[in-house]
Amino acid sequence: MNLYEFCYGIIHWLVDLVNNLWYWLGDVLPWVFGDFFDAVGDFAASDSNIAFFTILTEVLIIVIIALINVLNFIWLDRKFMGRMFDFYGPYYVGYRIGGWLQNLADGIKLFVKEIITPAKADRVGFLLAPVIFISSSFLALATIPLGRDFGIATNESGAGVPAGVLVAFAMFAIAPFSILIAGWSSNNKYTLIGGMRSAAQMMSYEIPMLLTVASVLLLAGSFSFSGVVDAQHDLWFAIPLFLGFIVFMVCLMAEVEIQPFDLPEAEAELVEGWTTEYCGMRFGLFMMTSYLRGYIGGALATALFLGGWHGPELIPDPIWFLIKAYTVFVIVEWTRWSLPRVRVDQILDIGWKRLMPLAVLNLFIAVAFKTMGWF
Amino acid sequence: MWINMGPQHPMTHGLWNLRVKVDGETIVDAEPEVGYLHRGIEKLCEDRTYPQIIPISDRLCYGSSMTWSHLFCLTVEDLMGVEVPERAEYIRVAAIEMQRIASHLMWLAAYAADLGLMIGFIYTMRDREVFIDILQALTGSRITYNYPRIGGVAHDVPPTFGRDALRACSYMEKRLREYEDLFDGSKVFMMRNVDVGKLRKEDAMNLGVTGPPLRASDVRYDLRTDMPYSVYPEMDFDVATHPDGDCYSRYRVRMIEMAESCRIIRQAVQKMPKGKWRIRAPRNAPVGTGLGRVEDPRGEGMMYIVGDGTDRPYRVKIRSPIFVTVSAAPKMLIGYKLADVVAIMGGLDMCIGETDR
Repeated sequence: MNLYEFCYGIIHWLVDLVNNLWYWLGDVLPWVFGDFFDAVGDFAASDSNIAFFTILTEVLIIVIIALINVLNFIWLDRKFMGRMFDFYGPYYVGYRIGGWLQNLADGIKLFVKEIITPAKADRVGFLLAPVIFISSSFLALATIPLGRDFGIATNESGAGVPAGVLVAFAMFAIAPFSILIAGWSSNNKYTLIGGMRSAAQMMSYEIPMLLTVASVLLLAGSFSFSGVVDAQHDLWFAIPLFLGFIVFMVCLMAEVEIQPFDLPEAEAELVEGWTTEYCGMRFGLFMMTSYLRGYIGGALATALFLGGWHGPELIPDPIWFLIKAYTVFVIVEWTRWSLPRVRVDQILDIGWKRLMPLAVLNLFIAVAFKTMGWF
Repeated sequence: MWINMGPQHPMTHGLWNLRVKVDGETIVDAEPEVGYLHRGIEKLCEDRTYPQIIPISDRLCYGSSMTWSHLFCLTVEDLMGVEVPERAEYIRVAAIEMQRIASHLMWLAAYAADLGLMIGFIYTMRDREVFIDILQALTGSRITYNYPRIGGVAHDVPPTFGRDALRACSYMEKRLREYEDLFDGSKVFMMRNVDVGKLRKEDAMNLGVTGPPLRASDVRYDLRTDMPYSVYPEMDFDVATHPDGDCYSRYRVRMIEMAESCRIIRQAVQKMPKGKWRIRAPRNAPVGTGLGRVEDPRGEGMMYIVGDGTDRPYRVKIRSPIFVTVSAAPKMLIGYKLADVVAIMGGLDMCIGETDR
């Protein structure tokens, strides 16, 4: 049973329940409404309607999973940072579960803060930017399955979407657009510079990243996550494509704006970068989404290079997937706290002069493997 | 496009304003503005007796308050002609050098945070605690010590002072090697520092830059050896210089200075004679002037006091090293990127308390 069937079952049961109520009402009150209840019941029980609600339920489940993952990630980040920095990290709120509730407390604090829109900001862009940023990030999550049959965008036979990898990366790449809008519409010099930096950085890092992804897809011979992961049943792609894995991780850190490459929000020179003018829960949503993007990055690296949900049978598939994604995230955090920030011209140099040739070389290696018939 | 980096900005470490004109990301013009934190300390001093000024002079710089109260006492001793007991001089030197290490560590912490190296911030601040603890045992407080007195120091050293100081020095020397791994060993750190914010030797001398920025521009000028005060002539230490004049040189100079400070503390503790630590100084200053110059962690600090025969100074003039050094900011900034502002201005170790006085 995959996630779709699970949700379908639940929705079907619910609809039946409600329908019975309506049929009963139709029996009891026929002189008032006539056949109205029967018509409603038939409509509700139609396949298309149930499928619609099934997909909504799936989306809800995935969003809840994503949000819990984000809370976990923030908690993990702060705990790990605390251990690196010689303090405990979150401790008192949720004392029994290691301070896990601290994030919820912070979220509540952000919720009750006043939300200010700057007087001279471009209101439409200012309000639209978070929406695009958050929704595109959640959409990127849509096609990434946690297990063979546990993901939102699965069709009814349980296989993933045919071009899931492409959809995920396309959604992942929308964010710089919203960052640029946010930076420009805030009408602030720092946000403007941050937005421009973000655009330049993400454009120059998108290409080597997609080249490494192309090498993976070439070896796997499939555009769907299930295909890519199944191709790694015997050997993780991180081993033959080690070069590509390194390039991918560096590009990922740039895409997710993690510390050595967090130029768009370099807090030392640009105050808070492109989020400077956002306050309250809008900023909270931005921050939450950046952690969500960290999770997506870890999930992408896991699915494409680290064998996805394959692992010893002891642990269920989705848990394997999460363990790997969390490990990738922790390693990224480790580099994040122990490296200074690079400069804007240097980041472009790294992207175009170092990573780009390496990515092309990696693609050649993949082609060579494929022509030798090893994959 | 003119950008106001300040007065409220993470880069400033205080309350000042750096206006930079950028073309894209390249800086084409820069203009430092100080004066937001002016507290009128020079005027305050005119209304207080000499011992009452010592805590005020502590408030000149939050990073190295011991140096400034010592400078004030030095100047008043010059004005009054007071001979300080030798033990007090050794205690002062040990305390000042500890203060120098603490100040440099605070600079390193702020600098690492500016560059985005958060772990550098935490580790340096943690090691600063070692010296702050010793100073707390010595003086009773952590930031503003109010320890030197006109004619000596407030108290004798605690019995464990020598042992703690030696331990702290050997700990610090070990940690300094670790910092070199952390900072110099990091490729990104070198990328951000080498050949950034070049200050030529001539410019540095013409603009009156002193302290580590001057020595990083390959000028061997250190008041501890060039115009020795206190018991520095009896200490054996090297003046750190570096030939390049960039941000990396300033970092190197300060790192070497911390190691040399450890050497000085060691010698001061070992050579410390027994005897009195304070003598009674006269209440009223004679009519005349007193001048004191010390090597502050940030450069040359100078005080000039005019006494008019009463127990209050007629005029106190404070020369702040950073107030002069910041005027070299345009020379260093122009032509570099916006992100280099934090490296360059962070490398100067701005302390607004003494700049605006």
